[in-house]
Amino acid sequence: MIKRSHFKANALAYLLITPQVLVTLAFFYWPAIQGLLQSLMLSDPFGRRSQFVWLENFVRIFTDVLYLKSIGITLFFSLATALVSLAIGLAIGCLANRALRAKALIRTLLIWPYAVAPAISGILWLFLLHPSYGVVAYFLKNVVGMHWNPLLNGNDALFLVVVASAWKQISYNFVFFMAGLQAIPLSLIEAAAMDGAGPLRRFWVITFPLLSPTIFFLTVMNIIYAFFETFGVIHTVTQGGPGGATNTLVYKVYQDGFIGLNMGASAAQSLVLMALIITVTVLQFRFVERRVQYTT
Amino acid sequence: MMVERTPILDTCTYIFLMVGICVVGFPIFYAITAATLPLDQVARVPMPLVPGDQFLINIHAAWNKVHLGRQLVNSFIMAAGITFGKIVVSMLGAFSIVYFDYRFRKVAFATVFCTLMLPVEVRILPTYEMAANLLGPLQWLVNVLHLNPAVQWVVGNNFEISLEWSLLNSYTGLILPLVASATCTFLFRQFFLTIPEELCEAAKLDGASPMVFFWKILLPLSVTNIAALVVIEFVYGWNQYLWPLLITTSPNMTTAVIGLKDLIPQADDVPMWNVAMAGSLLVMAPPVLVVLLMQRWFVKGLVEKEK
Repeated sequence: MIKRSHFKANALAYLLITPQVLVTLAFFYWPAIQGLLQSLMLSDPFGRRSQFVWLENFVRIFTDVLYLKSIGITLFFSLATALVSLAIGLAIGCLANRALRAKALIRTLLIWPYAVAPAISGILWLFLLHPSYGVVAYFLKNVVGMHWNPLLNGNDALFLVVVASAWKQISYNFVFFMAGLQAIPLSLIEAAAMDGAGPLRRFWVITFPLLSPTIFFLTVMNIIYAFFETFGVIHTVTQGGPGGATNTLVYKVYQDGFIGLNMGASAAQSLVLMALIITVTVLQFRFVERRVQYTT
Repeated sequence: MMVERTPILDTCTYIFLMVGICVVGFPIFYAITAATLPLDQVARVPMPLVPGDQFLINIHAAWNKVHLGRQLVNSFIMAAGITFGKIVVSMLGAFSIVYFDYRFRKVAFATVFCTLMLPVEVRILPTYEMAANLLGPLQWLVNVLHLNPAVQWVVGNNFEISLEWSLLNSYTGLILPLVASATCTFLFRQFFLTIPEELCEAAKLDGASPMVFFWKILLPLSVTNIAALVVIEFVYGWNQYLWPLLITTSPNMTTAVIGLKDLIPQADDVPMWNVAMAGSLLVMAPPVLVVLLMQRWFVKGLVEKEK
C-alpha cells in the first residue's frame, strides 16, 4: 500500500531504504543461501575442501539417533514450557481482571520478569533447584520425598529448564491475556450472570471461547520462544546435559556447528529449523486475518 | 454491574492473586536474600530467609571476579546501539516504502518482511562467517571470476586479492547485524498509513521537501510509537545471548548476561551463590527498571508490535 498523496520517486527514496536492505542482504539472505549450499556439501573442518553430496547430510541427521532424540526433547520441552506459562498466565490474568482495586500495582508486580534475560532466569532457578543448596530442591527432597538431582538426572534437568523458561514467559502471556480479557464485552458476562451462570461456567462458556484467538496466538508465540529463545537457559544451566537430556535442536546446531565444526550436519539441521519457522510463520499469518475479524 | 460480587468470592480472588504474585516473585525475593548474606549462611541448607547486610560486599566480589564493569558497559552500548539503529533504520525504510512510488518498493518491503522467518538461530554458522569477514561475498566474486590469475597475468608477479574486514570482537559486530527488523518496519508502515493524507498534501503545497516533511511532521507524530519501541528493543538488545556469544571471544568484549555464567559455582568450587545472585541482580536491573519505569509504553509496545 502507498499513500494517495506521495512524493515523486527519486534517489532519496532508494537512499532511505538502502541501510535496511543492505543489512538484510548481508546478514540474513547471504548467510541463508550459504547455509543452503553448505547443507548439500560435505567439507573438512577447515573448510578447505568440499564436495557436493546432494541430500546425504539430511539422510545422515535423520538416521542419527541423537538427532531424533533431540527432536523428541525439543517437542516435549516446547510444549511443556508453553503449557505451563500459558496456564499460569491465564489463571493470573483472570484473577487480576476480577480484582477491582490496585490493578496498576498488580500489573507492576507481575510484569517485570519479562525483562529478565532467559539466561538469568536459568541462573535463578538453578539456585532454587540446586541439589545441595536450593530451597525448592530441599523441599522436594525432604517434604515430597523425591530423589532430586538436576545435575545428574536427565529428567530433573529437563524439568529445571522448563520451569526456568516458563517462569520468564508468564509476564508476556499475562499482558496479552489482560488485553484479551478487557476486550470481552461486559454485557455478555452480565447477561450470562442474569441467566444464572456461575463464575466457572461463565469462564468456560463465554470467556474461554472469546479468548481462543489470543490463546492460539500466544501458543504459537510461546512455542517459537521455547524453540529459539531459550538457548541462553540451556547454555548457562545445563549445556545440553546431563547425557544430552536437554540438548534441544537449536543448542545442537550450535554444538555440532560452532563447537564441533561439522559444517554439513549443522547446516542441514539449520535448514530443518528454517523450514519449521517458515511453516509456523505462514500458519500464523493466515490465522491473524481471521483473528482480527473475530475480535472486532 | 450485574455480576455477583460476594465478599467470599472477592476475598478468594485476592488471596489467589497474592499467591500467584508470590510464586512469580519468589525467585527474585530469594535471589535478593541470598545476595545480602555472607557465604557461611548462604551455604546453609535451607538458607535463612531473612536478608543480611552483605549486599555491597557481594556486589563488589561479583564485580571483581568477572569483568562485570566492562561487560555492563558493553551491554549498554549494544542495547542502546540496537535500539537506536533499529528505530532509525526501520523508520527511514517505512518512510521510503509508504511515501514514495518507485519500482522496487514492493520487492524491498517483501525482502525486509521475510526476515521474520530467518532468526539468527537458524543461520548460526554462515552469519558468523559473514561477520568474520564482511567482504566475504566480494572475495567469493573475485574467486568465481578468476580475477586472481587475471591480475597476476597483468601485473606479472605473484599477486593475490585478499579482502578481509572482520567484525568479530567489535561493537559494530554486536550491533549491526541486529538492526534490521521486520516487525519495527511493519509497525512504522502501519502507523504511517493511518496518518491523514492532507498532511502530506499540505506539506507539498507549501513546498516542503520529503525530508522536511519527515522531520517536521512524521517524526513528531511518531513519538509515542518510538517510546514504546525504545522499551521493547532495549530489553531485547540487553538480553541478547546467542549472537554476542558467537562473535565475541574476549571477556572484555562480551556482554554482562553472558559473563554471568562464570559466576555460577561449579561442583568443586566454593558455593558462592551469594556472589552469583548479587551479579545476576545487577545485570538484570537495567532492563527491569526500564520496563517498570516506562510500563505504559512497554505494554503499548508489546501489544502493538505483535499485531
